[in-house]
Amino acid sequence: MSTNYQLRCRECSKLWGNAPRSFCEDCFSPLEIAYDYDALRKIARRDALATRSFNMWRYSEFLPLPDDFTPASAVGGTPLVRSQKLAARWGLHKLYIKNDAVCFPSLSFKDRVVATALVAARRFQFTTVGCSSTGNLANSVAAQAAQQGFDACVFIPADLEPAKILNTAVYGARIVRINGNYDHVNRLCSQIADRFQWGLVNVNLRPYYSEGSKTHGFEIAEQLGWKLPDNVVVPMAGASLIGKIAKAFRELVEVGWVEDKPVKYFGAQATGCSPVSDAVKRNLQRFEPQKPNTIARSLAIGNPADGSFAIKLIRDSGGWAEDISDPEIVDAIKLLAETEGIFTETAGGVTAGVTQKLIAQNRIKPHETTVVCITGNGLKTTDAIAADFPLTEAIAPRLDAFEAYMDAQLNPSLAQPAAAGA
Amino acid sequence: MTLNNFKEMNREMPITIEIPTAFRRFTEGAPKVDSAATTVADALNELTAKFPALARHVRDDQGQIRQFLNVYLNEEDIRFLGGESCTLKEGDRVLLVPSIAGGSGRQDLL
Repeated sequence: MSTNYQLRCRECSKLWGNAPRSFCEDCFSPLEIAYDYDALRKIARRDALATRSFNMWRYSEFLPLPDDFTPASAVGGTPLVRSQKLAARWGLHKLYIKNDAVCFPSLSFKDRVVATALVAARRFQFTTVGCSSTGNLANSVAAQAAQQGFDACVFIPADLEPAKILNTAVYGARIVRINGNYDHVNRLCSQIADRFQWGLVNVNLRPYYSEGSKTHGFEIAEQLGWKLPDNVVVPMAGASLIGKIAKAFRELVEVGWVEDKPVKYFGAQATGCSPVSDAVKRNLQRFEPQKPNTIARSLAIGNPADGSFAIKLIRDSGGWAEDISDPEIVDAIKLLAETEGIFTETAGGVTAGVTQKLIAQNRIKPHETTVVCITGNGLKTTDAIAADFPLTEAIAPRLDAFEAYMDAQLNPSLAQPAAAGA
Repeated sequence: MTLNNFKEMNREMPITIEIPTAFRRFTEGAPKVDSAATTVADALNELTAKFPALARHVRDDQGQIRQFLNVYLNEEDIRFLGGESCTLKEGDRVLLVPSIAGGSGRQDLL
């Protein structure tokens, strides 16, 4: 069994070996996976990647995997899209969209974290896995558990989008709907992890789970030609991803795969649930929890587990955090679709809309290389934008009907004399 | 003694503090501790007076509740109730939950 990584307390640095444990029993701070970078430098070779498929497992040396690990499926490996139209609209020279809306198998970046969490679940001999989820995580746990033969039990707020519930149910997972918001669900899961011997991916398997997020960052660096960007804009719910992208970049510097350079980390939230951006903007040391009220339900975590680390990272990097309103989220979803052909969910709308705001504030500058992290697929949150796209009137299957239709479209005043005269 | 004082004196363990597994090594294994405290702050102080080894895990050097420890009064985070000065009534439950929770304390299986 590999020994070049183990759990370490993020506050007191005590080492805890490898076990299904998420917090330090001495100081109750979170644990994360720490690597022996001297050992890693000896085994990790960038040129070895040439023969590996383009998915998250190509970075396996940087992940907490057993030596005999064999990938169950080709998770990750999503496009980094060089933006033309949106870049021109925003006046940026080098804008990239990291598009995890098309992540395999369940169309969100959560596929990456579930992939590493289930490796840990197998290793720690759990037969039932689960999670507390705002939707995407439940989708991914259900999908990957089905493929790998785990029983799945997921806990969600009762008012989640129907598509996200359906996208979990179809895989045969047990779904427990909770009358409460995500923070209530998460607290319950903490108690369940305390009581049951289940592998809850974002609770007792959290350190292994969150390592999967790093592959989003590894891919960005590789797709930029083994370079780091100047700016990264990342959606924040539990606020883990932003820190793991930073960890990925640091590790690539540590092993000499990329040149070190300053990267600014920008966090994106919906105004209706913005504890981290609120803390950054008001210069608070601790965030204040909030009661979420936003259409961006996948980001609706009012008490983010990694919020304090995200605040520090954003500040230390010279970045910033911002938030936008629900109407601005819808506008940004449409903007990304119309300019780049990428249909993202509400969380992606938050990220795109916040990027626009940061550019307007001159925090992101035209000549810099900026990566916008899109983490989920618009097909899961169609309710949020359906009202903007009412069905048009159907016409007869005749050419004259189509010509009349086009006349009406091009000259609406002629087609609707009553309205024109009103 | 007024009637109110009498009632106060004779309140019998009106609230319960629920202890997560990770804390129980400091509470002699007790999963719950009854208390007659009238505020969350008093309940926490009573708890840590009874189990002094727990004190540094509940409060930091500045005396604040630790950043990664969430305290709930029944179903609500006390930060939505005005903090630890919020008052308790008979039958209330005070829950201590590490914010990054989970971890069975199982032996390393590797």
